[in-house]
Order: sequence, then structure tokens, then C-alpha cells
Amino acid sequence: MPPTNGEGVVSARDRIAHSTIQGIRARLVTVCLGSVALALGAIVLAPLAGSTSISLAHAFDLTRPWASNVDAQIFFVARLPRVLAAALVGSALAASGVVFQALLRNPLATPFTLGISSGAALGAMLVLTIGGAFAATTWAAVPAASFAGALAAVSIVYALAAARHRGFSTSVLLLAGVTLNSFFSALILMLQYFADMASVMQTLRWLLGDLDVASYTPIVVALPMLVVAITAFLVLAPRLNLLSVSIDAAAMRGVDVVRTQRISFLSASLATGAAVSIGGPIGFVGIIVPHLVRLIVGPDHRLALPASLGFGAAFLVACDLVGRTVIAPLELPVGIVTAVIGGPFFLWLLVKHAQ
Amino acid sequence: MLNRRIGTRTILAALVIGLTLGLSLQAQTKPSRIISLVPGATEMLFAIGAGPRMVAVSSYDKEPPEVTSLPRVGALIDPDVERILSLKPDLIVVYGSQHDLAQQMGRAGIAHFSYVHGGLPDIFRTIRELSARTGDMEQGERVVKGIEATLADVAKRVAGRPRPKTMIVFGREPGALRNVYASGGYGFLHDVLAIAGGDDVFSDVKRESVQASTELILTRAPEVIVELRADDESAPDPAVWQTLASVPAVRNNRIVLLTGSDLVTAGPRIGQATLRLAKALHPEAF
Repeated sequence: MPPTNGEGVVSARDRIAHSTIQGIRARLVTVCLGSVALALGAIVLAPLAGSTSISLAHAFDLTRPWASNVDAQIFFVARLPRVLAAALVGSALAASGVVFQALLRNPLATPFTLGISSGAALGAMLVLTIGGAFAATTWAAVPAASFAGALAAVSIVYALAAARHRGFSTSVLLLAGVTLNSFFSALILMLQYFADMASVMQTLRWLLGDLDVASYTPIVVALPMLVVAITAFLVLAPRLNLLSVSIDAAAMRGVDVVRTQRISFLSASLATGAAVSIGGPIGFVGIIVPHLVRLIVGPDHRLALPASLGFGAAFLVACDLVGRTVIAPLELPVGIVTAVIGGPFFLWLLVKHAQ
Repeated sequence: MLNRRIGTRTILAALVIGLTLGLSLQAQTKPSRIISLVPGATEMLFAIGAGPRMVAVSSYDKEPPEVTSLPRVGALIDPDVERILSLKPDLIVVYGSQHDLAQQMGRAGIAHFSYVHGGLPDIFRTIRELSARTGDMEQGERVVKGIEATLADVAKRVAGRPRPKTMIVFGREPGALRNVYASGGYGFLHDVLAIAGGDDVFSDVKRESVQASTELILTRAPEVIVELRADDESAPDPAVWQTLASVPAVRNNRIVLLTGSDLVTAGPRIGQATLRLAKALHPEAF
């Protein structure tokens, strides 16, 4: 039932909004189904390939004891968690990219623009260089530290953006985020400068992204955070549509601008932090996928967000598949694959779009 | 005109001859103030008896204990040129890739020795070349012979024994099976493993290090996993390997942690390090 004005007459603008909602429903179903199919297809197909060939019959043969079933272990320990991690990280980074681009009203914004990646990297770096001494033995210290670093960066940027004007300034957000990025990067360089070469190598590798999680624990740990964040994205989608056009327009249409900005910033940061804690700061996913998705389904966030979730998952699963097979037995870090595929592709997209 | 040209040539020739003479003279004199930027080379210098003539070492040097009292002058990426010059060395050991530093030293009239990293034979070659430069050839030869004798003894003891497929891990994230780096089919660790009676699971990968993904470890199925740690700062966490239950080393509980810088330094302690590795692989042979 569309909202009516005080005299019971449906205003023209509300009629348009209502018809748009009805028109979008059919497309929403198509986009969601397509998105889920794309992600599921990637998740089902990718574990079938790898640096070695395995027998699927052996892998799924429950009569074979687990401890001696190499095929099953390659499938369920090496490949499946890795593919699931890639899908989750890809979805989270792509959807966060969409949200950050809407929030900052800047097509160049990425999930890492506001300092999250460098905060996470600083956390990981601390454990890898000087933290070995207090690292517990039963849990993975690096993902925990990188998540803590991401949260620290987010809190600082948030506090700065919220402190001024008693509201929530996106320009302060952007400036604070970019500055914090550089500042943390400088701290990382300083730590690397004084660290021994082995840990420098380890952190360098961490920065290139790695999805070989070797267990389901990191995925299970990150999943609740990602579910919360993604639910927030989908709820915020209509408001992001207005916000990405102009703040005044959004305010005029009854959007609580500051609240929407805060929730989008925090949820996108949460998703990015969780993604980075799983796979490191994998670049390009958060900028290429959103732009590609907008070209296909248009700028409406109600469509672009679900589409970017599915597309981001499939894209990163595919990139990781390339990374783990193309120069086997060596690995090509997934961050290099996303950059090598993503960079030129994005440029091509720009030129084609301009024409 | 002609005279002038001859004159120029004579001067040039004289300069070249003079320079050559000067350089060869310099090479012949026994250096008395030595700096090393390469920890492995520092250990070699001490082993061949040039230790008392060392005036500075790199910021990474920890061995032998005598280096603790020596000044630090940076390392591979951050050599402190000013400090180096102020110490007035007459021989400096630099990394082969430090071209700029080598040139700067050349301009300052300081002889340099370029260290090139490689396999086990390169350790012997470097000890011999270094001792020739420092004038300690006899002692250098003795050091080489000593290491060779240890290695021969190790090889003899493990000869004829089954050679376990071994993965040597020299780096991974604490508390997780991530970013696992293992020795590949090239380099001194690979050579040392062969002498210590193990077969390298990555011998076909002709690189010094291999990032061993979970899938790769499961496929290569090492019978022994040797984890190397230069220091004992972080607690041992062998339990993380339990995830890979089908790997024979995990099943048979043959995961060995070797702590100490000897196995990760291409230096004169490599003989003793090989012995330690052999004892870990073949405890019954010793």
C-alpha cells in the first residue's frame, strides 16, 4: 500500500516510487537468482581443479579411513575451505566497495580507502615481527591481530568523522582515512626496516593476499560478522540510492542521513575487516566488481548489492583458482592475480564506457 | 698535435699501470681493518682467524658471541656509509647486489669482497676466497677441511639407510598452517638435507624457497617435517600440523623442531648443523 498524503490522495511522486518498486521486484528476483547461481557455480566447480589431480570417487568414499584418504583431505582440507574463503572474502570486499562508493560518493573509493587495510597490515606485521613471543599456540594470531588492527583504524577514523560538526562528515572521513592509511603504512615500513629479513618476507607475502586457510575455523569466525554486515547492506540499499545522489535529496526524502552514513560505514568496515582477517588485503575486488556490476544491472543499490555479492564471490574464487594452478607447484599470490587481471580490465572498462 | 696525443696516451697508460699496480699491491697487503655486512661471512672471518681484525659487523650479526661488542653499520638495504668510512676499513664484505655501495667503497679506496649466496659448494668457495683476501689461506683451508670431514662422517653414518622424504620448513605464521615456506630444490639447505640422509620433497622445484600450500603438502606427503627456527622466541606449536592427518610425518609423529641460527646461515657452522639435521632424521645412526 503506497503512502498517501493527508487528504488520502496518492501523490504523483509516491506513485512513481511505488511503480518503481513493483518494476524492480521482477529484476530483483532475476538478479538475486543469477547472483546466487554464479556464486554457487564457482564454489562447486573450483574445488574440482587444483595443482594436482585427485580422484573424486576416492574423496567422497566414506568407507576409506579419513586419516589415510589423501584425496578427501586435498578436497576437504586444502580446496573446499579455500574456495569458501575466497567466496566470502570476494563477496564482502565487492559489496563493501559498493557501499563505500555510495557513502563517499566517489567512484574511486575502495574498501581500503579509509585505512582499514593498513590498520590490518600493521596488526599482522606486529605479530609477525615482534609478536612471536606472546602469540598463543592454539589460535592463529595473525588473523586476530589483523582484525584488531582493522578495528583500531576504523575506530580512529570514525571518532574523527563524528567529532566534528556533531554529525558525521564524509569529507573528514575521507581525509582522516587517507591520512591514517599513509600514517600506518609509514609505521609498517618502520617496523619492516628494523625487522629481520624473514619476517619482512612474511609480511610482504601477507600483503599480497592468501586464501589457503587450511581449516574452516577462520571462515566460521568471520561468518557472523559478514552476515550482520551484509544484512545491513541490503537493508540500507534504498537509502544508499538517495545518499549516493545527494545528501540534501536524501534528507528531503526523510532519510536519517547521519544514521545511514554511520551504519553504512560501520557495516562496510566490519565486512572489510573480517575479509582482511581471512585473506589479507586483496586489492581490486572492491573496485572492479562494483563497477562491472553497475554496468550490468545499473546503479540501483537494491540490485547492485546482491549482484556484487555473487559476482565478487565468483570473481575471487576464479582468481584464486588461477593463482593456485597457473604456475603449480608454485603459487601466484591471489592479490597479484586480481591486480594483473583487474587493472587492465578496469582500464578497458573505463575506455569502453567513455565511448 | 701528434705530440699532444702521444702525451695523453702516455699519461693514460701510466695511470692504468699505476692503478693496476696500486690495486694489486693493495690486494697483497693483509687487511687489518675488516667490516662484514653479511652474517655468514662474518662467521667465516672469525673461523679463519680474521676475527681480531674485524672493526664492525652488520645489524643482523649474532654469531660468534664476539660480535656483540663490535659496532653495527647497517646491512643489505641500509648500509651506514658514513659510519663505514669513519671506521677506516681496508676490506669490506658486501652482498653481491650492493653495487652502489661497492662503487662508493671503490671511490674511497676501500677494497670490497662481494658475497654471493648459493649452495653448499659456494660456502667452501667463499671461505677459500675470503681467506685468500685476508691472508689466512692456511686457516681457511683447515676450516674447509674440517667441515668436509664432518660432512663425510655424517654421510657415512647415514649411508645405506632409508632416506625419508623430508620437508624443511623455515617460516610460517605462528599458530597456523599459513604462509608455509619450505626449502626448494636449490640452495645450501637442499644440499645439506641430501648429505644428512633425507630426500627433499621439493627437489624438482629449482628455487631456494617454495610456498608450500596445504594442497602441495598433502600431495608431496613428506615422511618427516623439519621446522627450523633461528631463535626460540615463539613457543613451539606442532599441533597445527594435525589438520593434515594423511601426511605420513603427521601420522607417524615425525615433526622435528630445530632451533638455532646454524641451519639458516650459510657459514662455517654448516657441518655441525648438518650433523644436527642428520641426528633428527636418523636418530638410530648416532
